[in-house]
Amino acid sequence: MNSASGNVLRVRGISKSFGGVHAVNDVSFDVQEGEVLGLIGPNGSGKSTLFDCILGQLTPDTGEVYVGGEAVAGKRPCDLNKLGIARTFQMLQVFPEMTVLENIILAGQEHHGGMLSRLFGKRDAGLTEEADEMIAFFRLSHLRDQRAGSLSYGQQKLLDVAMAFMAGPRLVMLDEPAGGVNLTMLESLKEHLKVFNEERGATFVVIEHNMEFVMALCSRILVLSNGAIIAEGTPEEIRNDPDVIEAYLGA
Amino acid sequence: MRPMTIAGLAVLGLLIVLPFGLKGYGIYILSLWIVYSIAAMGLNLTLGYAGQVSLAQAAFLGIGAYTTALLMKAGYPFFVGFGLSAGICFGVGLILGYPALRVQHHFLAFVTLGFNALVWLVFRNEEWLTGGTYGLMGFSRPSFFGVSTNNPVVFYFFSLALFLLLAFVLWWIVRSPWGRAFQALRENPIRANSLGVDVRRMTLLAFAIGSAYGGMAGSLFAPLVEFIDPQSFMLDTSLMLLLMVIVGGSGHFFGPILGALLVILLPEWLRFTEGLYLIIYASLVIVLLAVCPSGLLGLYERTAAAVRARSSDRRESAGGSAP
Repeated sequence: MNSASGNVLRVRGISKSFGGVHAVNDVSFDVQEGEVLGLIGPNGSGKSTLFDCILGQLTPDTGEVYVGGEAVAGKRPCDLNKLGIARTFQMLQVFPEMTVLENIILAGQEHHGGMLSRLFGKRDAGLTEEADEMIAFFRLSHLRDQRAGSLSYGQQKLLDVAMAFMAGPRLVMLDEPAGGVNLTMLESLKEHLKVFNEERGATFVVIEHNMEFVMALCSRILVLSNGAIIAEGTPEEIRNDPDVIEAYLGA
Repeated sequence: MRPMTIAGLAVLGLLIVLPFGLKGYGIYILSLWIVYSIAAMGLNLTLGYAGQVSLAQAAFLGIGAYTTALLMKAGYPFFVGFGLSAGICFGVGLILGYPALRVQHHFLAFVTLGFNALVWLVFRNEEWLTGGTYGLMGFSRPSFFGVSTNNPVVFYFFSLALFLLLAFVLWWIVRSPWGRAFQALRENPIRANSLGVDVRRMTLLAFAIGSAYGGMAGSLFAPLVEFIDPQSFMLDTSLMLLLMVIVGGSGHFFGPILGALLVILLPEWLRFTEGLYLIIYASLVIVLLAVCPSGLLGLYERTAAAVRARSSDRRESAGGSAP
């Protein structure tokens, strides 16, 4: 099979142990261009570890990751970002001392020109206009020049997601984007992600505990339990899968 | 004109007029302040902007001073020594940056402290090169186009010109996208890495550029003092440079310059207290850092923000619609 046929990401046989604990155990899956893939599972099932292994934050014990057909083993997170994979972290991660605008520009600047052009070129790397559009899209324009650390938790969460989109990525991996976000903000986050997916063709992998959020957003869902995939299917199939109900509710 | 621009021009004017009203020792202190400011500015890039703790800045001051002194004694012009000091310190700083890729904070402080001790031992023990504890002397101040800088005022203006040039270069760096990447490194290296910032390269550069500034400061230090020995580049000098950065306001562009002024001038002003001066000096530093841990410029910024907020409150409560 040709790997270039619409697969943005291929994951093959990823395993990772910490001491005697198999955090991730022989996980394989594909992400197709334009889809929104949900990754769910109980706490401690290995979702975030899997993300870290795919994105170069951790080195997997075994397994391969391909981005657009290219093997990316041993690449650093910054290299993967330049290949077009952006992410957010489970814990909120913005740069609190910088303004909202500076945060967004930082997220895009490393994708424009070389090292020297970033030293001698424009202060904003020519990104202010694009950054303002992104800020407006996430309805943060009134906070543009505020310190990111002074924003509310939900606003920071939106900023965090906006940063991930700034580099024009092929694939965005979101680790619990809805965690700790209030209902109104959650609706708006869902809408924003939908627009990115439907109008701009963005591809997502989303880790999330909020089932309503996942079911509404994702076209396909993987269920992870004890580091292994125990189910895969449409939201409807997953909802009725006895193994999934067992994993979440069983002892 | 913005108030900051006016203040900047006023300070510059003062720096130009001041030496004509001072005696020899005053001019020497002023020149010393400029030299230490250059070293502290470099440390501010490494520590204040990029967040990498370094207790080795005195070692680079020393490398620059010895390099320049040795070359000038061998008959080379000053700028050969100056350029080589910057280059050597850039290279050594790059190497010193490697531990920072593995260890951070107080661990990194100890790594750099060890490096400072190592360099100091080389200065003291390698007598064939450095003159050991006797130090080096017998190199003259540079002259340009027939004008010797032997005159303290001329040397002061020479230092001031180099200082302004180096300050401009650093200002350019910190306001470019590089500066933003350095700051990202300080605030959250893992997130910066995931956004495409090459954390390894930027960490090494933060050390290299900061160290090069230490080397260039040392290069000016040697002809200013006209005698160098290992004692000037011990750990306590590194701690003094660290104090300048922190007292002035780490991560603020003018912080280390203000900090250097305070750290150099305060002992002079307190000279009349004789034996008590170190006690007063130490107490003042403790009080200052307890009251404003973000340094003098941090305190200024907070006060200015509070004043702005209060005056805009007053406008609103006066009933008028704020512009």
